[in-house]
Amino acid sequence: MRPALRTTLFLAPATAWLLFMLVLPLLVVVLFSFGERGAAGGYVPAFTLDNYANLSARWTAFRNTILLAPLGTVLCLLIAYPLAYHLAIKADPRWRTILLILVIVPFWTSILIRSYAWIQILGGNGLPRLIAELGLGRPRLINTPFAVLVGIVYGYLPLMVFPIHVALEKIDRRLLEASADLGSPPWRTFLQITLPLSLAGVATGSMLVFILLMGEFLIPQILGGGKVFFVGNALVDLFLQSRNWPFGAAVAATLVLVMLVTVTIYLRAMKRLSGGRDDVSMM
Amino acid sequence: MRLYVLSVYLFLYIPIGIIALFSFNAGRHAAQFTGFSTQWYGKALNNPFVLEALKTSFAVALASALLATICGTLAAIALQGIRGWMRMVYDALIYMAVMVPGIVIGIATLITLVTVFGTLNPLLAAIFGGETPPQLGLGKGSLIAAHGLFTMALVVVIVRARLQGMDRTLLEAAADLGAPPMRSFVQITLPQIAPAVLAGFLLAFTFSFDDFIVAFFVAGSETTLPIYIFSSIRRGVTPEINAIGAMVMAASLVLLIAAQMILRPRKR
Repeated sequence: MRPALRTTLFLAPATAWLLFMLVLPLLVVVLFSFGERGAAGGYVPAFTLDNYANLSARWTAFRNTILLAPLGTVLCLLIAYPLAYHLAIKADPRWRTILLILVIVPFWTSILIRSYAWIQILGGNGLPRLIAELGLGRPRLINTPFAVLVGIVYGYLPLMVFPIHVALEKIDRRLLEASADLGSPPWRTFLQITLPLSLAGVATGSMLVFILLMGEFLIPQILGGGKVFFVGNALVDLFLQSRNWPFGAAVAATLVLVMLVTVTIYLRAMKRLSGGRDDVSMM
Repeated sequence: MRLYVLSVYLFLYIPIGIIALFSFNAGRHAAQFTGFSTQWYGKALNNPFVLEALKTSFAVALASALLATICGTLAAIALQGIRGWMRMVYDALIYMAVMVPGIVIGIATLITLVTVFGTLNPLLAAIFGGETPPQLGLGKGSLIAAHGLFTMALVVVIVRARLQGMDRTLLEAAADLGAPPMRSFVQITLPQIAPAVLAGFLLAFTFSFDDFIVAFFVAGSETTLPIYIFSSIRRGVTPEINAIGAMVMAASLVLLIAAQMILRPRKR
């Protein structure tokens, strides 16, 4: 078989799949976002910007997402960095791989079941009961922004740890030794060498978590109890309950646009940070 | 520092442990442990809705993972020989398939398929006629296609990483010794990428089996296991959900640890 023919044949199924299940649907979303709502829901062809002008009708969802997604990202980062640092630099090399796998594996298991676990922990008979028995009052934890943040950190911590770990592991150990030999205290070595060299990992992890949080639906639904809703919850409502497709499409298109802007800023920052490779890894 | 690391691991695994613990609860309520019992496992495994959902999830996961692995592996191999703007277009598409959130993929697939089917069904009715003309609709097919999109992109990323790390001198040696390309592919490339292909398959299967948000939009009248669990949670927290959850978690953990071990067997 000629190489060119082989390449074409090998690529054909993947190309068809990407075109029909990714490119076409995304184009349809953009097209629908300029349309009008039919009498019984659905879509009527038109060209109007009303759906975009109307975005503020879902302002609460946008506001919650804009506030809680960055906050959740920062919390993930603050908790993940020391862990990644320990795994990459301090931990016994024999245990390193298994410890890292133990962090990553939960990310790939059902987020639905993992969030469900927190209903039991934060719900009335879980932690609040324990706190009440200690005589510290009975706080309400479930269905609050706090519960949503806990769920976010729990769900996305692994995704933050991994890229930071990769960046830290790549650091040339001789730099750290040289710094210590020249008499700089550990905190200074950290601030002047380790931290700057791991910023690429920090940026990658933050971007991945932030982007996924922007489209989050399950965590606010399960742990926010319909009181703390994100853009994702608004989308489910618009498409499955009120069936206002054109408006929903405008919300979805706006969401993707915000994400694209985030990724662009990230790529620019990465170029400036490392001047080199940008390996984004999901594993 | 050790204490900190330990507490993060506890944070990661205690909730999983709690699911497992309360699945053995004798009482009706998931909130209070009143004694040890395995009755909820029996109840879950005899619940016809659970079994039906499990069957659907398994069939969809198997089909989408197989298709995604085959198409993704072929694409990863073919992409090796492509440079220039074509390569950039494919890289961008793969990247998008991985990064665009599930909820947007779900919505986009829903409105596209409903519109396409709405156009095609009257045509099919006109062509075939009769009492019950063939009808296109959401269901297993759309689930497989939507899950496979993300997982195929994932397989491409994993297999390509392996291909790039491959020792090219072996291929050159084979060519020098007169092996036809097909033979060096089967005897050299394939064994080297096999672990990545297998790991990709396991990840693809797990993703599809665990996915809720895409399925929520494109499942039509089908119920997958995560959709069943989601609607059960809405009705209240019961040990039966814990039992189902514990079984799903156990299955995913085994598959995932296997995939991770296959992917990085010899580091250093």
